[in-house]
Amino acid sequence: MKTYQCVVCGFIYDEAAGDPEHGIAPGTAWADIPEDWACPDCGVAKADFEMVEV
Amino acid sequence: MNPIVIIGGGLAGYTVARELRKLDKAVPLILLMADDGAFYSKPMLSNGLAQKKTASSLILSGAQQMAGQLQADIRPYTWVRAIDSAAHRLELDGPEGSTSLEYSKLVLALGADTIHLPLSGDGAGAVLSVNDRVDYGVFREALEGKKKLALLGGGLIGCEFANDLTGAGFDVTVFDLAPQPLGRLLPPGAGRFMAESLGALGIQWRFGQSASRVEREGEHLRLTTGDGQAETFDLVLSAVGLRPRIALAQAAGIEANRGIVTDRNLRTSARDIHALGDCAEVAGLLLPFVLPLMACARALAATLAGTDTAVSYPAMPVVVKTPACPAVVCPPPMGAAGAWQEAVTATGVRALFRDGEGKLLGFALLGDAVAEKQALAAQLPAWL
Repeated sequence: MKTYQCVVCGFIYDEAAGDPEHGIAPGTAWADIPEDWACPDCGVAKADFEMVEV
Repeated sequence: MNPIVIIGGGLAGYTVARELRKLDKAVPLILLMADDGAFYSKPMLSNGLAQKKTASSLILSGAQQMAGQLQADIRPYTWVRAIDSAAHRLELDGPEGSTSLEYSKLVLALGADTIHLPLSGDGAGAVLSVNDRVDYGVFREALEGKKKLALLGGGLIGCEFANDLTGAGFDVTVFDLAPQPLGRLLPPGAGRFMAESLGALGIQWRFGQSASRVEREGEHLRLTTGDGQAETFDLVLSAVGLRPRIALAQAAGIEANRGIVTDRNLRTSARDIHALGDCAEVAGLLLPFVLPLMACARALAATLAGTDTAVSYPAMPVVVKTPACPAVVCPPPMGAAGAWQEAVTATGVRALFRDGEGKLLGFALLGDAVAEKQALAAQLPAWL
């Protein structure tokens, strides 16, 4: 499981935790998140996230 | 064809450029900026210690990388001295001296300055504020070997800094004239909850008190409040708010109020000049937050690419990055009639602002109540 960080606000997407508030179940791989998903904190697009080492 | 010129290399300037390139890969694009042009996450400045960020590790891409990504001419260390809106021309001071530059369309993404309290005393100049990555570097260096910090301002940025600094082992005392933290955003029960949650970390609050004088005392700074109480600190950080940068626009005869005035299409009063971000007052709204900025950047990029587009604002909750007390606030519109109802438990606060007919206009969620953010935001009327 990897984590990804929003380049704008620092929000961390953790694959293990998912984003249940937005219908992304825990354990959802980054690649499986729909392209129209946006950062819940600042609204940047999925394409503007980057991967962070854990 | 003359280029589209963006003044400002912060989040607003770079985001407009990025959104524009998604729509138009060819139009010549120039970004002018006063700093080195490195792209970084500004919201992280007030919670960078917990993430062990230094001024250099905050950088996500350097100016050259950005130029490549955006296929744009990026000009660091370049100041705009004047805008001639009739001639569509800028007067610049940069590494190559004084030059002028003609634009087809101009975007003002100038940002905001930190507000400085009017302080007396020989230590007033030693009070730090953090508005950009360079300030952050100065601040990080100044923290070396320090322990006892005074923070002026208990608003959003003040609370985030207080939480971040306490987590990093500093003793933090917060001064604010309001009777609670986040005085402009939170109703009283939520304010108390935030004060207690951060207080449990060791943060000392001095509510109803504002600094009026800072004097040097050897290596230390002696801070005196308006009502005459004095305390000594190792370092004083000010986070009392932001003031939109409007001077350049005003000097060019562009209408400004609290911010540079634009309509919903981000048009200023001058032809072919747009504004967005912390410098802009869009349809009467001054919202120095990331979500509105992103909405404006997308709308403006579409306009610049040839499809005139008005910005729409859904209700946009603001996340307060205080890990000791997770908080999300969606303030009711300015001057809205209604009242707060607060449900305070041991583990969170659910505060709802409703009008006379019971319609939800705003909310503040703290602690475990933040889980309701999406559900409640969906019930709010759009702002614009």
